Amino acid sequence: MAKILTNSNFQSEVLNAAGPVLVDFWATWCGPCKRQAPIVEALADKGYTVGKVDVDQEPGLAQQFQIMSIPTLVVFKDGKEVERLIGLHSEEQIKAVLDQA
Amino acid sequence: MEDLVIIGSGPAGISAALYAVRGNVNPLVLTSGAGALEKAEKIENYYGNKDFLTGQELHENGMEQARRLGVRFQKTQVLGVHEEETFVVDTNEGGIPARAVILATGARRRAPKIRGLKELEGRGVSYCAVCDAFFYRGKDVAVLGSGDFALHEADELTHLAGSVTIMTNGEPLAFTRECPYPVEERKIVALEGSERIEQVRFDDQNTSSIDGVFVAIGTAGSSEIARQLGVQITDRGEIVVDDKMQTNIPGIFAAGDCTGGLLQISKAVYEGTVAGIQAGYYIRQSRSSSGAESV
Repeated sequence: MAKILTNSNFQSEVLNAAGPVLVDFWATWCGPCKRQAPIVEALADKGYTVGKVDVDQEPGLAQQFQIMSIPTLVVFKDGKEVERLIGLHSEEQIKAVLDQA
Repeated sequence: MEDLVIIGSGPAGISAALYAVRGNVNPLVLTSGAGALEKAEKIENYYGNKDFLTGQELHENGMEQARRLGVRFQKTQVLGVHEEETFVVDTNEGGIPARAVILATGARRRAPKIRGLKELEGRGVSYCAVCDAFFYRGKDVAVLGSGDFALHEADELTHLAGSVTIMTNGEPLAFTRECPYPVEERKIVALEGSERIEQVRFDDQNTSSIDGVFVAIGTAGSSEIARQLGVQITDRGEIVVDDKMQTNIPGIFAAGDCTGGLLQISKAVYEGTVAGIQAGYYIRQSRSSSGAESV
């Protein structure tokens, strides 16, 4: 299951995590985000570390990471952003980025 | 509600319509001209075309053929497609609800040569106002374009943005209705900014600060429609389809140049055929599950 990320748990769940973490910035009113959601869940089920940030609930996080378009997927490793994918991406595309991180 | 709206009246769109109508579906084809075929002079290599008809003539033959089978046409500009309980195709004349949609809009046009346009994508340059307007609340934004599609995108932005300016990049104005936004007509040479866009530079070397640029050039093409809906596209903006011409969204199909690959009539005809047949299956299934009577 993808973790719900908030301002209070972002540090521990993402920045301090071991290995790469995929963060999905999304919103309830965004059509393409609804298409992205099952793809991101499938990756969580396959064992990748995945979290979701609802930009309406967590505007601070959206601003901190300069999110200007949704969906935006950010891959973090060792506390730093290593890759950013803007717009809807397929499972294969995201998997390729995560495996190389 | 329409059973099937086909966007595009080229070889792919018409072939889809021919097969859909023979599958007991009553398609509506939205057309805004001949597209790529307009530029084709004598076509020597298309099967059956022994008199080497031009692209324009083939296009007209296709439309006439479809009309004879009862296919309906509407000349209009498509501004986008969104989802409510059904799909809704947004046009200049209003929204058309549809059970299924076939995108047969033709090849993606090349982006204008403006330095910084590609580099700043996602960092102040956006191709989808409805997706990204939220992040430009109170900010100064520009819509790059000169037609009704640009107006449509500006309309999506105006409630949230601080200011919206239409920038035509030197292109002639092509609005079919009054433009309520300020228009900047100077040619643009660059979009500049480090972490995100900060200013636009015109060919007279003057600059204008800006927080966001929304690209809405010409008419809404398949990749613009795809972005709004969440249809999967490749890095080159081609629509991704399976062997049934189905996109990642059930009920949305695509055929012809907009799916990339060989940009030839014969490929478009094949893909339109498959899309028309598959859309027929989808629609009949959708009708029976919603309890509606067939046409």
